[in-house]
Amino acid sequence: MTPEQMLRFRFVEKAFRRCCLKWGYEEVKTPVLEYLNLFTSTGTLTPAMLSKVYSFLDWDGWSGQRLVLRPDGTIPLARLYIDNIADKKLARLFYTSNIFRFEETGQETRERWQGGVELIGISSALADVELILLALEVLAKMGIKSVELKLSHAGLVRSLLSELGLSDKEQARIFDQVLDGDSEAFARIKAERPDLGRAMVSLLDLEGRTPGFLKNLRALFGRSVPELVPIVDDFISIVELLDAVGCDYQIDITSGKGFEYYTGVIFQLFHNGDKIGGGGRYDALIPLMGGGDIPASGFALYFDCLMNLIEPAALAGPLEQRVLVKVEREAVKKGLDITAYLRDAGYVAELLLEGQQPSNLRWLLDVRNEAPSFIMHDSLKIKDIELETAGEVLTLLGESNGDKDSPA
Amino acid sequence: MAIKIALPKGRLLEETADLLQRAGWGLSGYHKDTRLYRLGSNRFPALSAKVFHEKDVPIQVAIGNYDLGVCGLDWIEELLVKYPSSALVKVKDLGYGGGVLYLVGCISGGLSSLDGMGSSVSTVRIASEYPNLAESLALNLRFRRFSVFPLWGGAEVYPPESADLALIPGRIGESHFDYGLLPLSETLRYSAFLIANRDSWETKDMSEVLSSLEDNPALAPGKKASSPAPESRMSAEVGQSYSAADRDAVRLALPDGHQQQPTLELLVKAGIQVDDYPSLTGNRRPVVGLDGVVAKLIRPQDMPLQVANGNFDLAITGRDWVREHLYQFPSSPITELLDLKFGWVKIVAVVVKDLPVSDIDGLRQLGIERTVSFRVASEYVNIADKYARDNHLGSYRIVPTWGATEAFLPEDADLLIENTQTGQTLAKNNLKIIDTLFQSTACLIGRTGSVLSSVKRKRMDAIIESLRYALGGT
Repeated sequence: MTPEQMLRFRFVEKAFRRCCLKWGYEEVKTPVLEYLNLFTSTGTLTPAMLSKVYSFLDWDGWSGQRLVLRPDGTIPLARLYIDNIADKKLARLFYTSNIFRFEETGQETRERWQGGVELIGISSALADVELILLALEVLAKMGIKSVELKLSHAGLVRSLLSELGLSDKEQARIFDQVLDGDSEAFARIKAERPDLGRAMVSLLDLEGRTPGFLKNLRALFGRSVPELVPIVDDFISIVELLDAVGCDYQIDITSGKGFEYYTGVIFQLFHNGDKIGGGGRYDALIPLMGGGDIPASGFALYFDCLMNLIEPAALAGPLEQRVLVKVEREAVKKGLDITAYLRDAGYVAELLLEGQQPSNLRWLLDVRNEAPSFIMHDSLKIKDIELETAGEVLTLLGESNGDKDSPA
Repeated sequence: MAIKIALPKGRLLEETADLLQRAGWGLSGYHKDTRLYRLGSNRFPALSAKVFHEKDVPIQVAIGNYDLGVCGLDWIEELLVKYPSSALVKVKDLGYGGGVLYLVGCISGGLSSLDGMGSSVSTVRIASEYPNLAESLALNLRFRRFSVFPLWGGAEVYPPESADLALIPGRIGESHFDYGLLPLSETLRYSAFLIANRDSWETKDMSEVLSSLEDNPALAPGKKASSPAPESRMSAEVGQSYSAADRDAVRLALPDGHQQQPTLELLVKAGIQVDDYPSLTGNRRPVVGLDGVVAKLIRPQDMPLQVANGNFDLAITGRDWVREHLYQFPSSPITELLDLKFGWVKIVAVVVKDLPVSDIDGLRQLGIERTVSFRVASEYVNIADKYARDNHLGSYRIVPTWGATEAFLPEDADLLIENTQTGQTLAKNNLKIIDTLFQSTACLIGRTGSVLSSVKRKRMDAIIESLRYALGGT
């Protein structure tokens, strides 16, 4: 990343960290290298996603056990939780990390940065809503407007598929297709299976903006498909909470992406049609990984996308005062002393090196062996001020603090 | 416009030669006894052909060294499953050389289906010459923990003791394999394919050559049967002596291939009797005339990894393969126990004769002036990689090969890391040696750090001592 990109990255990261800390989340970090088997079981990543991981043998990998460059943030975090902090029961954790996935076209970067948040140890609609609101707050703090929230429910998708009378294998395959973002997957089933009831077909077109829509569904299927009721109820309680806090959303069943571990609500965040983040409930993941019956949900925000959405004005902020310091050969000690003094006082003091062109900074300080020790060139007011002590230099800078910072 | 095609040696050679003859290509010297690598066509003067190990063909076409190639779909998929964006176009199914890749397991291993293997918490070990397909299969079967043993050959002898499953080629509809192996899943149906480099396909006019291969009555195969006659099968009982062995049995890996004769001679000298080795029927589980010792024939290339894994206790392999293994896994527990003094070769760095360099320093100098990377072809990928790295060859690429590496120079590689005895084959191919890396002989290897029972320890020591005595030691 270039200096300009890093400014954007740090801006995004800072907004993300601040919000997470204020909601009571603690920061963690997981290793870049993980064992492949952490990601291979059913209920983790889809085969399509696994085919894009970077895996290799370690220097001691004669047993054939493969390592991967972390392809996902949630699974390593779940491992960290199980191995180190499971005794806390309820854990609010967040991380900033890079993840690695092969990308064939060469159009996108294969190393992506994301900020992830996981709320482990509780299964409740309010917990899910907390995560959604936190994600939206982070985006708002970054100044990103018109964010679209799309909701789906992995439990609903699964029970619909089982109601279609498909074999377990077919169900798993279609679920993976849906998760891999194949929005046509359901349409194809409809075409292939004209025998499905009209009502069931309408289920597959789930799109709506109110809990009323879900309640209609419940009324329609409550008798014939009783196992759908608790799932729809869970979904309803989440959208009712979102309604109560005035949060806009859209229900779209064909969402998710590559993560088999979702079991409950899945939410995705879009900006102008681009996905900028998403998450959901994954109550079965930690049990699957041997961590006991611990529910969890979480989300990730895609920093690479967000960085490009930051308005330049947001980045400008109050810049620190910068001083360029030109030191005579005979006055090196005095010169370095004054730069240290300026830095301690909160200024950026940059040494002017041989051959370096003076930049467009407002202040250029000449450090001389003979009196006057310091000559400050103020390029804003176009005048030179002679000074004797470091204290006087600081006073001058302090007095000008209210002025416009840079002539450029 | 020059058109280059890569043609296979081995299983597809005869039928491919037939096809090309019927298509009137007039390739001289493409037959099973050929020693030629480079062939011209009477009918298409612009066409030049080169003969490769079949496994090398899709790689050579994908990287653009050849416009066209002929090889089995199995090797094409082995490449594509790992590198889906390879620049390969499958042009045409040639219809012969058909077979199936089966995932097989052993009845005596108590296995009858794949159900439940996925969720098993113990590691599922899969042995195969097709490691990429095996890995992809394991991922799709959702095996929770698995290891793939990439092999040079002989995968069918691994289950059930040395691996749980093997991915091996077989005939269509085959229901029983050697050593009581059962097909558990049909992974891929394959046959010979004509392939093209994507760029050549999009930009080069190869229509004349291609249309000669289009269906016409003259191309119908002759009376020759297209599928090979069934081979004799090894029964499950052949493996009994190995499988029924006790826990303290010493598991010995004996080499297949051309090291069999000198290995047998040494064993005889040491007073160790081995029945059916070398085997006329291709039996890979010979019976050793020592109590508590069982043996399997595997490729010497595969032995260091198998000993490191604990699948075998002792193995007779070459020092070249020990080094190849240790360069990849420096902390591997394998150790050389005895120098067996036969099978002497030297591992050398080779270039074409007319290259104006006499040593590796000269080659490095040449590299400084080059704008393209050195291509280093070798069966010893890790030895070649270390050699190029240690000698600061700058920008280089390792081209893995599966034999007949000497044919790669000069068109398809700049430097070879090869083994040789006399250097005659190299000289015949207009090549010269510029460096000797090390000398290699056969050796007995074992594993350090294994905790052994006293019974097993004694048995192993007895074998080592007998061999040491036979070698003239004390």
